Amino acid sequence: MRLVLAFLAAIGFAGSAAADEHLPVELPHATGAPHPEGNDYWRIHHMDMLLHDRDLTMREGIRNVMPGEDEPIQASLGECFDCHGVQDDAGNYVTFEDERHFCRVCHDYAAVEVDCFMCHRSTPSETKELRIMATPDDPSSIEAYLARVSGEMSE
Amino acid sequence: MTNRAEMTRRDIMKSGAAAATLTLAPGVTLMAFGGTAEAAGRADAGKRWGLLIDASKCSEDCNDCVTACKVENGWGKDAEHGHISDEQAPEWIRKVTLKDKSTGRTTSAPVMCQHCEEPPCVDVCPTGASMQRVDGIVLVDKHICIGCRYCMMACPYKARSFVHETITDQVEQSPRGKGTVESCNLCAPRIDSGRIPACVEACENAGHSAILFGDLKDPDSPISKALKQYPSVALRDDFELNPGVRYTNL
Repeated sequence: MRLVLAFLAAIGFAGSAAADEHLPVELPHATGAPHPEGNDYWRIHHMDMLLHDRDLTMREGIRNVMPGEDEPIQASLGECFDCHGVQDDAGNYVTFEDERHFCRVCHDYAAVEVDCFMCHRSTPSETKELRIMATPDDPSSIEAYLARVSGEMSE
Repeated sequence: MTNRAEMTRRDIMKSGAAAATLTLAPGVTLMAFGGTAEAAGRADAGKRWGLLIDASKCSEDCNDCVTACKVENGWGKDAEHGHISDEQAPEWIRKVTLKDKSTGRTTSAPVMCQHCEEPPCVDVCPTGASMQRVDGIVLVDKHICIGCRYCMMACPYKARSFVHETITDQVEQSPRGKGTVESCNLCAPRIDSGRIPACVEACENAGHSAILFGDLKDPDSPISKALKQYPSVALRDDFELNPGVRYTNL
């Protein structure tokens, strides 16, 4: 792990000292707004942040690590690929099986295995509704459901 | 956008749920979570989610709850049956039809993880992967599941199954992969975002409303009222596991 950190720190320093084209690998371009923490921070700390979020999500049911944001549920690996999806020549998103996948570009170079995609989806998701809290007027919301059922029972 | 590099775990804990804070002395505070946890998106220890299944409303030829679960969680594709018998195939929920041999009367009901209060699958797990959330949902943390399948043997309801094949194209909210055990998680990702489980929604949409979902700890919830009013059973009540899933008119 120490070697990995050293490597990622090296990328980070290279990135901060010069432009990204001086990285040992060519990173696929991402869409969307840049990370407010900066790319260097993410290159060094992404595994810690993902591990942290995984326990919050799985064990404590906290899907929303930053309430008040426009898209509030942000403890999700799936959200990475909203911006970091890589398309092939035909315009289809490549999975982790493909060496052009965003995660593999660095990880193949560093020879660090990624286990995430044995279970997780590695391409942008078509369905994203569970990332947003249900509003009471949503028929599938717990509140709307309980109101319906209570009404039926009192009849 | 918030800068996550500057957020600590404590910040996230505080932001994740409405926290009532009581200052005891300068720098010493007591914090209580709960209350509006549903809106804040956090498993709430003040709740225990459960289901009440009315077998008299469940139609023998309807399979909508199972189909909805497959769509929601991405299991049940033909590719997963490649090297195994149908008995071994992933199965989060199944329809069971009972027949009284003497009278010929049949009843049908779905069986899924019963979300026991005293889950044997959690007792036997050597890694802590088989776990119970504070709101009573029993599920597998696949990050640390080693695929030993003790929990499958321990479960008296045959609720758990094992993934035998490499899975691709998973549903975003339902990661699943080869070598891990899985079962109904009461649609925890849906509950965390304030939605009812997929099977409950499908049953209602099919016009049966045979599955009643709600908070067993809240005496005013429809499920608690129904349990108080009508006779119900827990499957294999003799094990005293106090399941969160109950049946009536079985």
